[in-house]
Amino acid sequence: MPITKSEVTKIAQLANLELTEAETDQFTDQLAAIVKHIDQLNELDTAGVKPWQQRSAGALQASYALRDDVVEPSLGTDKSLEQAPAHDAGHFLVPRVIGG
Amino acid sequence: MNTNPTIAEIHGLYKDGKQPSEIVAEFLQRIEQRNPQLNAFITVNHDALAQAEQADATIQQDLASKPLAGIPVAIKDNLCTEGLRTTCASKILGDYQPPYTATAVKKLLDAGAIILGKTNLDEFAMGSSNENSAYGPVRNPHNEAYVPGGTSGGSAAAVAAGLAPVALGSDTGGSIRQPASFCGVIGMKPTYGRVSRYGLVAHASSLDQIGPLANSAEDAARVLNVLAGRDRYDATSANVDVPNYLEDYLAALSGDVKGLRIGVPPECFGEGLHAEVKAKVEASLAQLKAQGAELVEVSLPHTKYAVAVYYLISTAEASSNLSRYDGVRYGVRAEDARTLSEMYRKTREQGFGAEVKRRIMLGTFALSSGYYDAYYEKAQRVRTMLVQDFERAFEKCDVIVTPTAPTPPFKIGEKSDDPLAMYLGDIYTVTINLTGLPAVSVPCGMSSENLPIGVQFIGKPFDEGRLLQVAQRLAE
Repeated sequence: MPITKSEVTKIAQLANLELTEAETDQFTDQLAAIVKHIDQLNELDTAGVKPWQQRSAGALQASYALRDDVVEPSLGTDKSLEQAPAHDAGHFLVPRVIGG
Repeated sequence: MNTNPTIAEIHGLYKDGKQPSEIVAEFLQRIEQRNPQLNAFITVNHDALAQAEQADATIQQDLASKPLAGIPVAIKDNLCTEGLRTTCASKILGDYQPPYTATAVKKLLDAGAIILGKTNLDEFAMGSSNENSAYGPVRNPHNEAYVPGGTSGGSAAAVAAGLAPVALGSDTGGSIRQPASFCGVIGMKPTYGRVSRYGLVAHASSLDQIGPLANSAEDAARVLNVLAGRDRYDATSANVDVPNYLEDYLAALSGDVKGLRIGVPPECFGEGLHAEVKAKVEASLAQLKAQGAELVEVSLPHTKYAVAVYYLISTAEASSNLSRYDGVRYGVRAEDARTLSEMYRKTREQGFGAEVKRRIMLGTFALSSGYYDAYYEKAQRVRTMLVQDFERAFEKCDVIVTPTAPTPPFKIGEKSDDPLAMYLGDIYTVTINLTGLPAVSVPCGMSSENLPIGVQFIGKPFDEGRLLQVAQRLAE
């Protein structure tokens, strides 16, 4: 499956990346080479094989456990906002969402 | 203090009257001298000396109760440390100050350790050479023209150069073991679930695992003893009994490897393996055989597909995990955006380095409509086949041996323009993350250019103790 430049542009949009023209060209070549390598998986007949699930490490699966549903203190508003680039009155501030 | 003191040696110095503040001061001085060349640390903990001075008062009592009393440690900079900058070697996090400390780090601190600083890595732990850091490449202490491996290159270089006695790393596709191999130290990736991932900045959540880098199997055992165990803050941490790894190690001192069945897969000793690496790994096998171990041929028939599977699954998970870097809640935000969506795109374009973007792109592709079945789900099916390969192989042996990396360390810049060539170098390490198994890289000699070579031993689930025994036998 070859990757084209228009596909790279589309993937970048999906990934919220604004690539430069030079990056788009470079990624088109590099991703094409990587996907070509990946395409060797098509040699394998996997029809009867189940997709992997979190179970490979022996006893691990049985050990997954949820904690009791008890409310506990969390970080709190002040600490959660401390690292935000912009915040005001207990909220994260962002540029306008619609239009422009 | 010698260049690479062990934990036991530092504790010996404390028993003889030395103080933690003196030891920590000596390590800080070494970092000040050597770090400008090696670039192993991104951030030095400027409170380390004050914290060591506090430990001075109680060190004699602490030696009896705290397994890492007064032991300086280096922490990979993708582990959250409250009050100490955590960058993931990315511009996008800026001077991020985590509001909490990772469980693995907290356990070290509770055991008496003192953080010297945060070590350099490939941005968001993506790479194999430590060249993808926004803070510049790390240099191999054995020869500064060469890479230290990645992504825990700073931790490996720090331990090898004696800037820290032990360090924490993280391993998603070989990021503890390969730099350990390149720098000539021991590096262990424990079984998936053995160590809590809480507070480890997520790269690929079904593959990531935290582990120790050390100069001896004994020190790796001491650190793993502290790290291992169930954590209520990580639902994937295993509720499996934790043995005393130090006792396993001590048993190895008096016991031998007689009767130990070491599986040798020919798929990992063929095409693409550097002749010098092959020779050194085979020499270490001969050494173990002379001590009574039995070499058994096993087959891992799907090994050649492992890199393809890994770079689909890890990038798919990464593209999802890294969507959180959007300029809203933490880190750096692009200044000139007029709308929210423009702000997302510009922040990510300016904040991420090339390798991180490449992987987000590949992962988004693998998960996107029309390609999901052909790529992501296909990879998950082949992952099952890899797991079955190992299950069958372990019916015939106790541990499996492979080289850690197919080549000795390469030069800085040598592979940085060819991502596929870089990825293919991960062939022996990525399967271990895909299958969740534990593995350790142990130094096994030097190349003709006098750079370290490592051998990898892979264990059954939660059989880290046996890997430490083998590592110890090989070191003798």
